[in-house]
Amino acid sequence: MQSTTLILLLAAIAVSAFYLGRSRSLALVGGPRKGSALHSLPGYYGYFTAIWCLLPALAAMLIWISLEARIIVAIVISGLPDAQQALSAGELDLLVNNIRNLAAGDVVSGALDSVLSDAAIRLQELTSISRNMLTVLTLGLAVVGGVVAWLRIKPDFRARNRVEHIVLIALIVASSIAIFTTIGIVLSVLFEAIRFFREVPVAEFLFGLNWSPQTAIRSDQVGSSGSFGAVPLFTGTLLITGIAMAVAVPVGLMTAIYLAEYSTSRVRGLAKPLLEVLAGIPTVVYGFFAALTVAPWVRRAGETMGFEVASESALAAGLVMGIMIIPLVSSLADDAINAVPAAMRDGALGLGSTRSETMIRVILPAALPGIVGGILLAVSRAIGETMIVVMAAGLAANLTANPFEAVTTVTVQIVTLLVGDQEFDSAKTLAAFALGLMLFVVTLLLNVVGLNVVRKYREQYE
Amino acid sequence: MTMAIMTETETTENRTSATAQVDLPDEKRDPPATIATELGATVGNVRCENPFVVAENIDVYYGDNHAIKNVTLEIGKSEVIALIGPSGCGKSTFLRCLNRMNDSIESARVTGKITLDGQDIYGKGLDPVALRARVGMVFQKPNPFPKSIYDNVAYGPRIHGLATDRAELDDIVHRSLERAGLLKEVKDRMDEPGTGLSGGQQQRLCIARTIAVDPEVILMDEPCSALDPIATARIEDLIDELSEDYAIVIVTHSMQQAARVSRRVAYFHLGLLVEVDETDKIFTNPQHRLTEDYITGRIG
Repeated sequence: MQSTTLILLLAAIAVSAFYLGRSRSLALVGGPRKGSALHSLPGYYGYFTAIWCLLPALAAMLIWISLEARIIVAIVISGLPDAQQALSAGELDLLVNNIRNLAAGDVVSGALDSVLSDAAIRLQELTSISRNMLTVLTLGLAVVGGVVAWLRIKPDFRARNRVEHIVLIALIVASSIAIFTTIGIVLSVLFEAIRFFREVPVAEFLFGLNWSPQTAIRSDQVGSSGSFGAVPLFTGTLLITGIAMAVAVPVGLMTAIYLAEYSTSRVRGLAKPLLEVLAGIPTVVYGFFAALTVAPWVRRAGETMGFEVASESALAAGLVMGIMIIPLVSSLADDAINAVPAAMRDGALGLGSTRSETMIRVILPAALPGIVGGILLAVSRAIGETMIVVMAAGLAANLTANPFEAVTTVTVQIVTLLVGDQEFDSAKTLAAFALGLMLFVVTLLLNVVGLNVVRKYREQYE
Repeated sequence: MTMAIMTETETTENRTSATAQVDLPDEKRDPPATIATELGATVGNVRCENPFVVAENIDVYYGDNHAIKNVTLEIGKSEVIALIGPSGCGKSTFLRCLNRMNDSIESARVTGKITLDGQDIYGKGLDPVALRARVGMVFQKPNPFPKSIYDNVAYGPRIHGLATDRAELDDIVHRSLERAGLLKEVKDRMDEPGTGLSGGQQQRLCIARTIAVDPEVILMDEPCSALDPIATARIEDLIDELSEDYAIVIVTHSMQQAARVSRRVAYFHLGLLVEVDETDKIFTNPQHRLTEDYITGRIG
């Protein structure tokens, strides 16, 4: 039986289990009018029955499907002639692959012999047997589970508590998915980074001043020694982030102050959605804007003032990134300002403060934790931003604090290291993971600090 | 809502005859009944000797909602007047007219004339910021700023430039805390946040903050509703002491409190000022049916 049919059948059984459980609970107390004699609402008895119908069946199905392929292959291999069984692991893998392909009706590599076709037929047989067993097992478990649950229904059976307990478990499982995924990502980056640090010392990576990740493929190659000092990348990232924040923080903050305290509701109703449009522009579009509009403009403006400006400058990328971050800063600051209780505002106004005195002396200090938290989030966003800097900041790993020069950032280097065909065990490729780990650690620290700042000062106005 | 519309039309009908509001009630009273029942003109006595704040024919609208209807009331120098009435009757709205706090509400519109010591507070030349320094306000929920106790009290003097140096500022802060009866409790921890005090202490801190600006009138919007009885008693004593120097207008839901602290009581009902009189008279011999119903607990 097809998996989809099986799942549909299961669903049908579960639905009928729901109605059976529900009607049994009502029948036990003598009809819908006596429903109050039940411990829980009749629906809960229905859910209880349906859950016990579904859960064991689905669990069995999952386990079966995950083990099925391995067991079948093992059986097929054990049925092969001794000559094939004596093959090395790699050759055996190839053979199994051929058997699979043949069974699925695909092309096989190499000659078709009787051993191969016999094994393929056997594989097909085993698969169909397994599918039938799965169908019987699943449906059987569904029926048995449903019947057991159905029999357990008594007027004083605490169905609501059971159902809510299961819902609780489901919620915990759902929330742990995100956590485990995060852990998985961290571990995968961590292990690759450790491989990198086996080839390049940590100290060289963290404190080296020269970034040139081209490694020699042949020993006699010149000029591609491979040098992994990440300091130029960090300074480049810092420079661009600094420029971006210098744009985004004042503009975003003042926008928020205006919108939260001064604007009429009409202006606010117009400006808020427009800011959200700004937040919704894809970063790659900002990238065009940075590379094609802002960078030439910066170059021309710089040249008229007598500066030498690279055509891809940190300034252009930083400015555009700052504009991109304005909505983030302004909406977080706006939230923080609006979260200050109206009583603060009234208290200050009632003492004869002007609006600006109220803002500067009372509301901003009270909203500061939220604003600082928002700014830290914006910083980690800026550090992690990739597309704009790829397009506008350049690839040259210059160690400089001059915003008119081209610099490169951690994210840009990760992109360039991993784009294209790469062998996966060279220091060059692995360097991307080390950089990723650094980026992760820095943004994590910023977020932790940001959240702590917010939490520490949050109760100030209770 | 229908009720409000009804009374509104009644008010407009009565407005022509309400010019001599003060003397009207006795004439308008039905001979067989000893008590007024119709809504419209204020009974009792809205005038007082030595008036300091005078509100004449005040109407307040929040958008289309007519929140205060033709209220006339005089408030004397160094007297405590309590505004009472059921929730939503407009007493807080009226209070907020007296220091123009309604200005910050976009849809609010105030008509009529309010004078403070003879000066029209809704007049063209008047700055609401300067007005609020003269008419202080204490709010329902204690709302100390998230600053130190010292900075809370020093806030007003600082923004108004009342102190020229630190010593003078210290002096103002200490005097204000002393007057608010809080100095003894906080003098060793002036640098701790004001929000760390208990509710009653916070409210006294807010009162200290208000009197630090040296206002002429203090408005109190249910200042004890968030406090326990002991803290309430302390605030009431404080109001009593402060009434020597300030005109105090207090909104309260507690009739006992009104009876304890005020010299006069004004009863509001659905945006109308129903009755104003000496406190004793209101509580022993109310002139209007609605006042009587409210103070005896039949409405509210």
